[in-house]
Amino acid sequence: MSFPWANEYKPNHPFMQWMDEKLPLPRFVYNAIGAGYPVPRNLNYFWNFGILAGFCLVLQIVTGIVLAMHYAADASVAFNSTEHIMRDVNWGWLMRYAHANGASAFFVVVYIHIFRGFYFSSYKAPREMVWLLGVVIFLLMMATAFMGYVLPWGQMSFWGAKVITGLFGAIPLVGEPIQQWLLGGYAPDNASLNRFFSLHFLLPFVILGVVILHIWALHIPGSSNPTGVEVKTESDTLPFHPYYTAKDGFGLGVFLLLYCAMLFFGPNALGHPDNYIPANPMQTPAHIVPEWYFWPFYAILRSFTSDFFFVPAKLLGVLAMFSAILMWFILPWLDKSPVRSGNYRPLFRKFFWVLVIDVLVLGYCGGAPAEEPYLMISQVAAIYYFLHFLVILPFVSSIERPEPLPFSITEAVLGHDQVAVLPATSA
Amino acid sequence: MIRIFSILAGLFFAGALAWSFVGEAVSTAQDGLPHSAERSFHEHPKELALSSDGALGTFDRQQLQRGFQVYSEVCASCHSLKYVAFRDLAALGYDADEVKAIAAKVQVPAYNTATGELKTSPGKATDHFPPVVYGGQGSPPDLSLITKARHGGASYIYSLLTGYANQPAELLKKYPDAKTPEGLHYNPYFANLNIAMPPPLTAEGQVTYSDGTKPTVDQMSKDVSAFLVWTAEPKLDKRKQTGWAVLGFLLFATVLAYLAKRNVWADQH
Repeated sequence: MSFPWANEYKPNHPFMQWMDEKLPLPRFVYNAIGAGYPVPRNLNYFWNFGILAGFCLVLQIVTGIVLAMHYAADASVAFNSTEHIMRDVNWGWLMRYAHANGASAFFVVVYIHIFRGFYFSSYKAPREMVWLLGVVIFLLMMATAFMGYVLPWGQMSFWGAKVITGLFGAIPLVGEPIQQWLLGGYAPDNASLNRFFSLHFLLPFVILGVVILHIWALHIPGSSNPTGVEVKTESDTLPFHPYYTAKDGFGLGVFLLLYCAMLFFGPNALGHPDNYIPANPMQTPAHIVPEWYFWPFYAILRSFTSDFFFVPAKLLGVLAMFSAILMWFILPWLDKSPVRSGNYRPLFRKFFWVLVIDVLVLGYCGGAPAEEPYLMISQVAAIYYFLHFLVILPFVSSIERPEPLPFSITEAVLGHDQVAVLPATSA
Repeated sequence: MIRIFSILAGLFFAGALAWSFVGEAVSTAQDGLPHSAERSFHEHPKELALSSDGALGTFDRQQLQRGFQVYSEVCASCHSLKYVAFRDLAALGYDADEVKAIAAKVQVPAYNTATGELKTSPGKATDHFPPVVYGGQGSPPDLSLITKARHGGASYIYSLLTGYANQPAELLKKYPDAKTPEGLHYNPYFANLNIAMPPPLTAEGQVTYSDGTKPTVDQMSKDVSAFLVWTAEPKLDKRKQTGWAVLGFLLFATVLAYLAKRNVWADQH
């Protein structure tokens, strides 16, 4: 699609020729994930995670649709219907555990995908749109996961819904009406559960649509690669099929092994025991915590314990929590270094690993009770989180001396580039 | 321009966080780290080894039957088991007639279809365990999911059942206000240390096992904990069995995928 040397789709069979004239769907697939899509030859296994995320989305949609056939979105029976699925529906336990752990697997994969993007600066031109759409997908995933967690109507479902919708209550003046409008009442109840179910069913298909745009936008410049050096000649690339279909196939196998080990031998390890207690509006759990994939952001939310220049702490927390993700939208314009890959940016690389540890610390604190010493630790960690993206990234490129880049992808892989040496001097 | 804005925003958040940090640091310096009787005296569950543990573990049906006996003769007077149906007990090794007999011994709510009058009638195999009306202090939870609904699972139940004790003198000395209130019972495994449930298993021989196992308090506690693992996760055996088959297949498929990948890439290295 993107490079002049890409193989053109040439159907041999008369039926496929007829099909290509009427509806060039096979041509589309061929150019998207077939031999017609040239891909840098040096992609490492971190480039498997896009396909894996797509796989997780399909997995969630398929298991989710089966679950929806047996689930009842009514506050009086939702918990019971979940237990009905676990006990009486044939293979219902498998569907539910696959879906619940599938959500965790999806977030693991997507977090690795995002941090791959941070390290290799995949957000930089010409792939800004790929990045922006990716952030949209991540936000939609968070909304979907949050509403999905409410559906079993356990204690954490109920109180999680109350806390998260309560965030909107922090908005001055209109906050409380917005919160009531979102919930359809003063507290989570049947109206909230029904709309969350409806939206939880809808949003995955919205995600699917944005994923298609994400991949479309990717195919215009083509995939990035670990050197960050753009493709120059045909020898820098390999056709997606069979090379990357084979590599992704192996990656998918490894992923499924880990996911199934989790699913069959520790399906509740990542869940909170309180969600096996039916929702009880009269009894607040000792510690309200969201699912693990929200913990870093939950820690940021709770880090604001004092009002600052007359801005209430709660409002600051809400602003900061949303900013923690929304600021990724301007990332392509904050990091001005012409070098993409962290492999050639010694200073950036150090800050990157500090960020990884920082987010893990935030995650740990977000899952811990809201008390000392966790609050102070998460306050320090949250300071670094914001400084990293908003202050360090814009500055680091001006003081950093990048290491020498390879001349081309081929040179990086083979140690020499006989094909590109001559023509590329003029390019 | 966008970078100036971002740096300002970054400094604003960092400043607000630093301000919060100072506030927390000052109050922590004054009050110290949070402390209470619960924090100092609450204990993590004891170790409990059950045959259903681990990736290879399966239920010990003999033990589940003993645990069921403890549940029916002791726990059932206050705790319901509403997600379990009598028919499910077949998984414990009872045959159809035994299941019917067990069900028939329990009175389940029903109503007279001719008069509409409420009454109870002997349970059928398809009935679930009936609700339990409890009038005393506290609210005994339904036990169907209890081992999945508590940190520590079966070990927690076992520890709670065997953990009743007198309040340590040290606790009362440090926290005189934390004296166990009238009607509650001190138990260091319970989250707030004071539980409404009186010690349910108090004497050896409280139930009589038909398989010759000695019914010590410890044994009865273990057995009923094992039984409650089953009520919370009746598909546990099936899940692990399926898991091994799936992992076996996936391992085979992944090896094939790896070889295919090597084969495809052979000319590119």
